[in-house]
Amino acid sequence: MNTVEDAMKPPAGGREVPLKVRLRRAERARTLGYLALIAPLAIFVLLIFVWPLISLLQRSVDNPEVSAALPRTVAALHGWSGHELPGEPAFAALAADLEALKGTSELASAAKRVNMELIGFRSLLLGAAREMPLAAGKPAKDAMIELDERWGELATWQVLARNRASVTPYYLLTALDFAIDDTGAVINAPAERTIYRAILVRTLWMSVIVTFWCLLLGFPVAYLLATQPPKVANLLMILVLLPFWTSVLVRVAAWIVLLQNEGPLNTAMVRLGLIDAPVQLVFNWIGVYIAMVHILLPFTVLPLYSVMKGISPTLMRAALSLGCPPFASFWKVYFPQTLPGIGAGGLLVFILSMGYYITPALLGSPKEQMASYFVAFYTNETINWGMAAALSTILLVATLALYVIYARYFGPAKVR
Amino acid sequence: MTMKSRFSCLVGALGAGMVVAATAHADITVISFGGTVQKAQVKAYYEPFTKATGIKLIPGEYNGEQAKIKAMVDTKNVTWDVVEVESAELVRGCEEGLYEKLDFAKIGDKKDFIPSAVTECGIGTFIWSTVIAYNADKIKTPPASWAEFWDVKKFPGKRGMRKGAKFTMEIALLADGVKPDDVYKVLATKEGVERAFKKLDQLKPNIQWWEAGAQPPQLLAAGDLVMSSAYNGRIETAQKEGKNLKIVWNGGIYDADNWAIPKGTPKREDAYKFIKFASEAANQKVYSSEIAYGPTNLKAIPLLDPKILPELPTSPANLKNALACNTKFWVERGEDLEQRFNAWAAK
Repeated sequence: MNTVEDAMKPPAGGREVPLKVRLRRAERARTLGYLALIAPLAIFVLLIFVWPLISLLQRSVDNPEVSAALPRTVAALHGWSGHELPGEPAFAALAADLEALKGTSELASAAKRVNMELIGFRSLLLGAAREMPLAAGKPAKDAMIELDERWGELATWQVLARNRASVTPYYLLTALDFAIDDTGAVINAPAERTIYRAILVRTLWMSVIVTFWCLLLGFPVAYLLATQPPKVANLLMILVLLPFWTSVLVRVAAWIVLLQNEGPLNTAMVRLGLIDAPVQLVFNWIGVYIAMVHILLPFTVLPLYSVMKGISPTLMRAALSLGCPPFASFWKVYFPQTLPGIGAGGLLVFILSMGYYITPALLGSPKEQMASYFVAFYTNETINWGMAAALSTILLVATLALYVIYARYFGPAKVR
Repeated sequence: MTMKSRFSCLVGALGAGMVVAATAHADITVISFGGTVQKAQVKAYYEPFTKATGIKLIPGEYNGEQAKIKAMVDTKNVTWDVVEVESAELVRGCEEGLYEKLDFAKIGDKKDFIPSAVTECGIGTFIWSTVIAYNADKIKTPPASWAEFWDVKKFPGKRGMRKGAKFTMEIALLADGVKPDDVYKVLATKEGVERAFKKLDQLKPNIQWWEAGAQPPQLLAAGDLVMSSAYNGRIETAQKEGKNLKIVWNGGIYDADNWAIPKGTPKREDAYKFIKFASEAANQKVYSSEIAYGPTNLKAIPLLDPKILPELPTSPANLKNALACNTKFWVERGEDLEQRFNAWAAK
C-alpha cells in the first residue's frame, strides 16, 4: 500500500513527475510482486509438466540412431535416387562406419531401430560389422554383397536412406496403423497387424460406458447427500470418501477376491440356486467395468454434490406449489441446474478413464486393454520409447480434442 | 505382483540406506525373478555369500523388464549390481550396452559350464523349462502332448498360457504337429507364423493368460485352470507344498537364466565375487536341490541326489522331446512377433 501513497505524493524536489508515470511505476512494482508470488508454481509446472510433455512429444518423432551411428553412410546416400543400388562410395562408407563402430552400443541401437521397419536388418548389420574390416583389393560393393546378398537388395538401402533424417514419422504412423511400403508411400498396415485404431476406439468407448454408469449411479447418491439432514448426510459422505482414500491396488485386489470363480459372490449365487455353475466375472469385461465404475464413482458424486448443495430447495417447493407435477418440476426446475455438475463430473471421469491402466491390466483379458496398456508395454517390455511416446501423443491429442468439443458445446458458458 | 515388488523395493531402499549409514562396507543389490526362485537363491547363494565374504546383499525382484535397467544405465545411476536375465534379453542388452562384458577369469573355468551358458555378457545360472502342468485332481489321464492341450473335448476347461509371443508361438506349432527340430525353421517363414496364429485361434476362447511365473500353480490349485503352460520349478515347489499338480515333459521348451552385471555399477568387483560364488558347483547343487531347475555348472550334476535328477529339465529323459529356445531367433524377431501377438490377442 505504501507504494501507492508514495506515488500519489509529489516528489520532494526537482522535476515534477507526472501522476500517470508515477502510477504506472507503482503498478509495475505490484505486478512484479504478484509475479514473484506465482513464480514458484509457474516454474514448478514448467519443470514437472510442460517440459516432460514437450520432450515426450519430441520423442515420438525423434530418430537419432542411424545418423549417429553411420555418419559416413548417411553423407554418401545424400542425393541418392533410390531407384537403383547405390554406388561404390556408399558401400565403402558403410564399411568404414561399421569398422569404426564395431561392437558398440551405438551400432546396436541403429540396428534395432532399422530392424523395426525391416525384419532381419539387425543381424544383417551386426553380422556385417563382425566381418569388418573388408579384405583389401576388392571393391566394397562386391565384398559386402558376397557377405550377405541382402546388401544387394534395393529395400535394404531404401530403409537406411529413409532413416538418415533425424526425425521420422514412423512411430506416429505405426501408432495409427499406417505403414511405409518399399517405395516410401504411406499405406494402411496389413490387417493382421492393425491394432491401434481399434484400441483407440475401444479406449473411447470404454470411457463412455464408464462415464455413463458413473453418472447414472452417482446422481441419486449425490442427490441423497445434498438433501438429507446433516447427520445422515455426513455418514453417507464418509461411505463415499472411505473407498476414495483407499489405494486403487487394494480395491482392485479386493474385486479379484470377490469376483473370482470360487469367490464369495459366485459361491453365494450358486448356494442360492440362482446359477448352476460359477459365472466368469473377472478377467473379462464385467470385472473391468465393475471396478472402474467403483473407483471413479466419487469423481462424479463430489462435483454433483457441490452443485446440488447450491440449489435452493425453495425453487422446487415453489414449482410444486404453483401446480407443477413432481417429476416435471424435478426435470424442468431441478435437473437443468445440476448440468454443470454433470458436465464437470462426466468430463473428469471420462478423461481419467481414458488413461486407465492398472485396473484393466489386472482385472481384464487382452480384449479389455486400453491405450495406456500399450504405452506401458512399449516402455517396459520392448524398450521402444518412440512407440510409447507416439501412442501417448495420440492419446493426448484425442483427449484434448474431446475437451475442446466439450468446452464448445457443453462448457460452462453454454450450460449457464 | 506389482504391489509386492513395490513393497520389496521400498524395504530394499530403506535397508540400503540403513546399511550404508551403519557400515563403510558396500552392499550389493541382486535382482531375480522373485517368488520360489528367489527363495531358493536366498538359501543357496545369498545367505552363504554374506556369511563367506561379509558383503551384505539386498535381494530384489522384477519380471524381466529391461526398461528399468536401460533407464539406470542411460542416466548413469546404476543401483542394481547383479541381475538375473533371460537369454534373449541378455544378448540384446549386451549388444545395446546395458551389460558389462564379463571377464571370465574372475568367475571360473569356461570349460566347467554347459557351452551355451557362457556368453559375452552373462553366465547361465540355471536351466528351466516351460512344460504342461495339470491339476491331477481334475484330470485323471494326463495330456500326452501340446496337441492334447488343444483337445477341449477330452479335457474341458480353461488353459493357462504365458501372455506374449515367446513360447506361445513355439507351443502352437508343436501342437500343430511340427517336430521340435523344425519349429524355428517353420516359424521363420511367413506361412509358419500364420500357421501358429491359426492354431492359437482354435484355443483362444479357452485360454487364460498369465504373466508372472507364480500364477500358474495358484490358478491350477484354485481350480480356475485345468492345465497350463508353466515353469517346471514352480510346479515342483507347489508339489512339495502338497498340491496335486503334475508335469508333462513331452514338448517342453528350455532356456537358461543368466547372471549379468548392469553396465557402470560402482560395485563391479563385489558383483563379480557374487557371480563367482553363485556359479560354484557346490552352491549350484544346493540351488537345484531347493527348486527343480538344472545346474549350468557340469561339476554340480554328480553332486546332486540321484533321486531329484529325473525332475530336472536337463535329465536325458526330459530332454528327449524337448525344444531349446532359440535365442537368436527371438533377438531378431522378438519385437515384431510380440507386436503381432498383441494385435492378435486384443481382437
